[in-house]
Order: sequence, then C-alpha cells, then structure tokens
Amino acid sequence: MLCRTANELFWMARHIERAENTARLLDVTYRTSLLPYAPHTAGLSWAEPWSVPLITSGLATTYYERHPQITAESVLRYMILDSTNGSSIYCCLRAARESARSVRGAITSEMYEDLNSAWLEMRGYDYARIEVGGVSDFLDWVKMRSHLFRGVTFGTMLRDEAYHFIRLGTHIERADNTARILDTKYHILLPSVTDVGGAVDYYQWLSLLQSVSGFESYRKIYSDTITSLRVAELLVLRDDMPRSLHSCMNFIHETLERLCDGGSRELERQAGELHARLHYGRTDEIIDTGLHEYLMDFLERISALGEEVSRVFLVPTY
Amino acid sequence: MAERLMSVKCFDEMRTRDGEMRPHYRPFADWLERTSPERIAQKREEAERAFHRVGITFAVYGEDSGTERTIPFDLVPRIIPADEWAVLDAGLKQRVTALNRFLHDIYNEQAILAAGKVPAERVLGNTQYRREMVGIKVPGGIYAHIAGVDVVRAGAGEYYVLEDNLRVPSGVSYMLENRRMMMRLFPELFATRSIRPVQHYPDMLRENLHAVAPAGIERPVVAVLTPGAYNSAYFEHAFLAQQMGVELVEGQDLFVQNDTVYMRTTRGPQRVHVIYRRVDDDFLDPMAFRRDSQLGVPGLFAAYRAGRVTLANAIGTGVADDKSIYPYVPEMIRFYLGEEPILSNVPTWVLHREEDLAYVLAHLDELVVKEVHGAGGYGMLIGPAATVAEREAFRARIVAAPDRYIAQPTLALSTCPTFVASGVAPRHIDLRPYVLSGRDVSLVPGGLTRVALREGSLVVNSSQGGGTKDTWVLAE
Repeated sequence: MLCRTANELFWMARHIERAENTARLLDVTYRTSLLPYAPHTAGLSWAEPWSVPLITSGLATTYYERHPQITAESVLRYMILDSTNGSSIYCCLRAARESARSVRGAITSEMYEDLNSAWLEMRGYDYARIEVGGVSDFLDWVKMRSHLFRGVTFGTMLRDEAYHFIRLGTHIERADNTARILDTKYHILLPSVTDVGGAVDYYQWLSLLQSVSGFESYRKIYSDTITSLRVAELLVLRDDMPRSLHSCMNFIHETLERLCDGGSRELERQAGELHARLHYGRTDEIIDTGLHEYLMDFLERISALGEEVSRVFLVPTY
Repeated sequence: MAERLMSVKCFDEMRTRDGEMRPHYRPFADWLERTSPERIAQKREEAERAFHRVGITFAVYGEDSGTERTIPFDLVPRIIPADEWAVLDAGLKQRVTALNRFLHDIYNEQAILAAGKVPAERVLGNTQYRREMVGIKVPGGIYAHIAGVDVVRAGAGEYYVLEDNLRVPSGVSYMLENRRMMMRLFPELFATRSIRPVQHYPDMLRENLHAVAPAGIERPVVAVLTPGAYNSAYFEHAFLAQQMGVELVEGQDLFVQNDTVYMRTTRGPQRVHVIYRRVDDDFLDPMAFRRDSQLGVPGLFAAYRAGRVTLANAIGTGVADDKSIYPYVPEMIRFYLGEEPILSNVPTWVLHREEDLAYVLAHLDELVVKEVHGAGGYGMLIGPAATVAEREAFRARIVAAPDRYIAQPTLALSTCPTFVASGVAPRHIDLRPYVLSGRDVSLVPGGLTRVALREGSLVVNSSQGGGTKDTWVLAE
C-alpha cells in the first residue's frame, strides 16, 4: 500500500475518533455544568466546567487569543463549529472526509458515502440549529455518526493493510483521549480535597464514566459505590472495557505485530513494552506512582509510538 | 456541403420531423407514458442526492476553492439503434487507428509529411509537437491508448466527428455512473435485455494497459497518476483506479532510480511498469518539461525514454488532436489505411489560408470560430448567437492572428427530449465514445452523451451549464 494512502487512512480514523471524543468531552462538560454543585467561577480554571474541554485538548491558549472569556456558548461554538480550530468537530469531520476522498480507492464505497453524508449534514449545522435541537442531541448525532462509520468499516472492509491502519489510528487516538479524560478528573479533584467522597465527587465520577460509556459497565462489574480506584482500574487496566487503555493497547499491539511482520523491531518493541505495562499492571502501582504521573507517562509513550508508526510506515525517509 | 449543414433544421433523436415516434424510442416512450410525473420527479431528486452522496462531483475552476458540483443528470436516455452503432464503431476504430499511425509516423519516419499530405510546418511547428519524442520507441507503436472522440449528429441525421481528444480525455466515469444510476432508479427499463452493457470498460482499460507494458514484464504493475484531490476530474481518477484494482498515485508517491519508476509503499519501494497518467505533458517531469511542476516525477521522462515504463497516453499526442491538424484526419485515413473515411469530418476553414480567411470574415454571423488550442468551450465564437459587438471583437482577434483560428459551419446539433423546468423539451446533445488501443482497438457500446440544458444552447461542456444522459446502444 502507498505510504500516503496509509497516512490518510490513519488520520481519517483518528479524526473521526477525535470528533467523537470531542463530542464526549463536551457532553460530560455539559452534564457537569448542570450540577448544582458546579462552581461557576469565570476564567480558566479546573473549577470552571467549560474550561475543561479546552485544557484537556490543549487549546486554552489559542482559545483566549480569540475569545475574551469562557462561556458555555463560546466554548461550544469553538469546539463544535470553529473552522480555525483543527480539533473542532467541524474540522475533524472535514479532515476525515477529505482524507477519505483522497484515498477512496482504498476504502469501500459505503465507507466513503457514509463519511461524505456525515460531512454534508455537518455543513448544514449552525449554532442556532444546534441550540434549538438541543446540544445533547447534536453531540449524540456526532457519536452516532462515529459509531456508524466504525460499523460500516467493520462490516464492509476487506481485512487488508488499509483496515489495519484504520484500526491503528482509531485506537491510538482513543487511548490518548481516555488518558486525557481521566486526567481531567484528577485536576478537578485538586481544588477541594475535602470534597472527595462527597456528592460533588460522586457526580463528577459519574459524568466522567458516562462520557466514556462506562457507567453501565461499572455497575455491572462492581455493583457498588463509585471510587476513584475502581474507575482507574476500569479505564486503565481492564481489557474487557472497550475504551480502556489496556483494551486500546491490545488492539494497537496486535495490529502492529501484523503490520510489522518482523520488519521493524523497534516499533514492535515499543508497542510490546507499553502493552505489557498495562497487561501486567496493578492498581496499587498506579496509586504509588500517582494517577496524574501515571497518565502523563502513558501519554508521552503513546505519542512516541505514534511518531514511530509515522516514521516507519506513513512518511518514509527513503 | 456547408450550406446544407446550416440550412437543415436540427434532427431530433426521438421524433421524426412529422412528429412520429422513431421505432427505437417506442418502448421508452411507452414507459414514460405509463409512469407518473410524481415518480419521475421523486426519482430525479433521488438521483441528485445519490450523486452528491457518492461524491460524483467535479470542481469548477474560477469558483471558490473546494466548490464541488454534480453534473446535472437527465433521466431521458439517448438511444442509438444497432445499425447506427455498427457504423460508428467501425468508423471510430478506423479513425483512432489512423491517428495512432500518424503519431508514430511524425515522431519517426515522417512519411506523411514527405508525401505532402499534411503540411510539415503545421506539424513540426505546432506547440503540441514534442521534439523530445522523436525516435523514442513506444510499445506496440501506440500513442493514444485512450481516445475520446466527440461525435455530433447534424440536420439530416448524419454523424460527424467534431473533435479527437487524445491527451487526457475525461468523462468516462460519468458514462459508467449514469448507467449504474439508471439501472438503480428504473430497473424495469432494462428488463427487456436489449440495452448493451458498458460496465466492462475498466476491465478493458486494464487489459489494454497490461498489453503495452515494457517488453518482458509478465505481471505488469499499473498505476493511475492524478494531479490530486483538487483536480476537477479527481473523482474519475479515483474511480478508474478503484474499478481497475490498481493504485491511484500522485507525483509525490513515485520516484525514479536508475531509470526505474517506484512507488513508495508501506513495504518499501515497488516498481511500476505502466502509468495511466491524467497529468498533462507539461507537468509530468520537472527535469524534462516545466521546472515549476509540483505534480510530476523527476526523472520520469528519462525512464520513459529508456523503455522502463510506459505512459498512457504517450507524451506528445496533442499534436494529432489539435484543431489545425483536424482537417487532415481524412487524409491520414487514406494515407495509412488505404480506406475511405467511414465517419465524416465537419467541413473546416483553416484561417491561415487566405481564401478561407476571406470567406470566414464575410460570414462571421453564420459560423463557429474556434481557437486552435482552446478547449472546454472557452475561446470560441458562435456566430449566430453572438451580438454584433462580440462578433466585431472576435473579428479583430482573428485578423491579428489568423493561424490561431479555424471556423466551421454552425452545426444544427441533434436534439433529445430532456427534463426541464417546464416539462420535457428538446435539447442539443453530443456524444463522446471512448476508444481503447493496446491489445487491440476496441470500445464499449456507448459513450458519454452531453446535453446543453439551456434552451437553444449548443454548448454541452459541463463547465458551461451542460448535463449528461445515459447512452443506450441497442442490441438489435
């Protein structure tokens, strides 16, 4: 397969996944902001729920260049519709569709048509329409489009290299996102340690779990109160939870073994090492390290892995 | 001859001058009668939506970047009876065979120039003549592997070749998608099994490309070279690559080492043997042609000259479809094949001839004047439709550089019923069949029918408000 094609497929998958994750992040923010306990201090702070999506995505600085303050509407506009914000849902869907268009021979026509119609629909949205229809409804629509695309991919595509690069992109992006979302909670917790175990704490963990579709699984597995330790276990170490770091690394590791086929030892080693840390990791290890430090370390490693993938397959040096 | 072409009223594909239904349209007309306008309207909308979703779009130059439009698709097919197609089929094969012989000749022996059948200065002095191609041996002596020949039908129903497109003719994807759309919208129309299929075009194309691979290559690797996703015909490039099951590459995906062309793949460099290129000559190789080209592959021409890769079409085919060479095609057919042309040329005045120039200047209000190197319906004057001021402005341009123009009678292009705002009305059409050369000379029964949607308009180009129709060649 052409390197350029592999690169476009990888980023097509990442952009769709990113659109979904932005929708999830906004959804959890929206829910948190509705809690009576939510402190409404204006300005960039972990205590202000609407600053969370900006900080998590690393977009606070660029946001402030164009907006004087943080309000629900301006953050939503920025994260959903802003054509200058490369991580906005609008830009992600556009980029995914452009990638698909430039490699449409490598994907099935159903996949292209699905992405193209998502993009055509997205272009029909403006803020007024989103507000009238309900922000949550719109965010659900984004999630559904992502689910649909994954389903079409799963159901129509030949299990060839192209499929594996798509899968790789999806799971690298997802792992990165789950780590970031989990880290927001660590920060939110910081301001008032006394609240730990209180009502605010409970609702914050609840919305975090909901944002990664993990609340129902949590109930099934633990059927007990929500504690940070169990949430960390669920979203980091359990491999039967599809958005957990361990589960993502299972996919990444397996896919890279297939793609490398003995050809790139260093890439296989990096993936294998990161996978082993999760596969054989224990919760007390995370606690000893500190959740934040643990997640930062993971983010660094997954980003290095992404760069290595790029160097080996996507942007060749020969 | 010219007078006759202009005086006769136009030919309608569906009805005779007395308003009688032509027999080959009868089954369709009966179906149309039985089908409610609501269903037709609903199907038209469905088609429009489907074209958008599938992304069968083209970019319009001069509009905002990224503007994508669908070409309007008309539901009334253009139907060609079997006996007419038999003549077209033979005539097109004959014509393209002669054109390939001509190209081979002018880049090698130049026998036709020596014989004085085509003026040497028109060929050798032509900007489309590529001196770099002289003496290069191309596989099978084939230059125009894919030819899109524009055919029109004039007053009495006779066919004329209007133009030979031998560089990178486009539109074949619309031929294929229009058929797919018609079968999807109105499967009942195809139940009689009298409409000849066209969907094997991509397979035929691949076989022809395989046949012109460099000698000694058992399983040639073919790639389609596109200028990229922002090119107006990008959809077609991607479509053809996908349909043939070959890679769609951009210049940056290829590199040349030791006169060998490779693709950059996730498993390392992979050799390419045949490139179906949809990039113009000028942009193919910055080392050989335009230095500022970002679309090409440095060293490609050297690899080509060394016979290590085949380009389809060959470099330098533009000289044979140039409007100043067009008048000599019948002569080529006689010279190379010893046959009389089966299909007629449109009578053409060549304005570097003084007597032709004088005639044309005196009859500007009747004629169509075309720029020799113009394409896409740009840079032409349609005398009867132009205002006095437009004609005078064009006259000045002609007088300033007569050899840049040719003139032809204003053809009464045939009409075909077409859905318009007010119902069904006749609109002018043309036809572009695609002739493939390599393994043999062949074409699928059909082509792209373009229709001028504006009432009275003779310009069918999609960039100028044209639409398309499905083209049915009947089995008997």
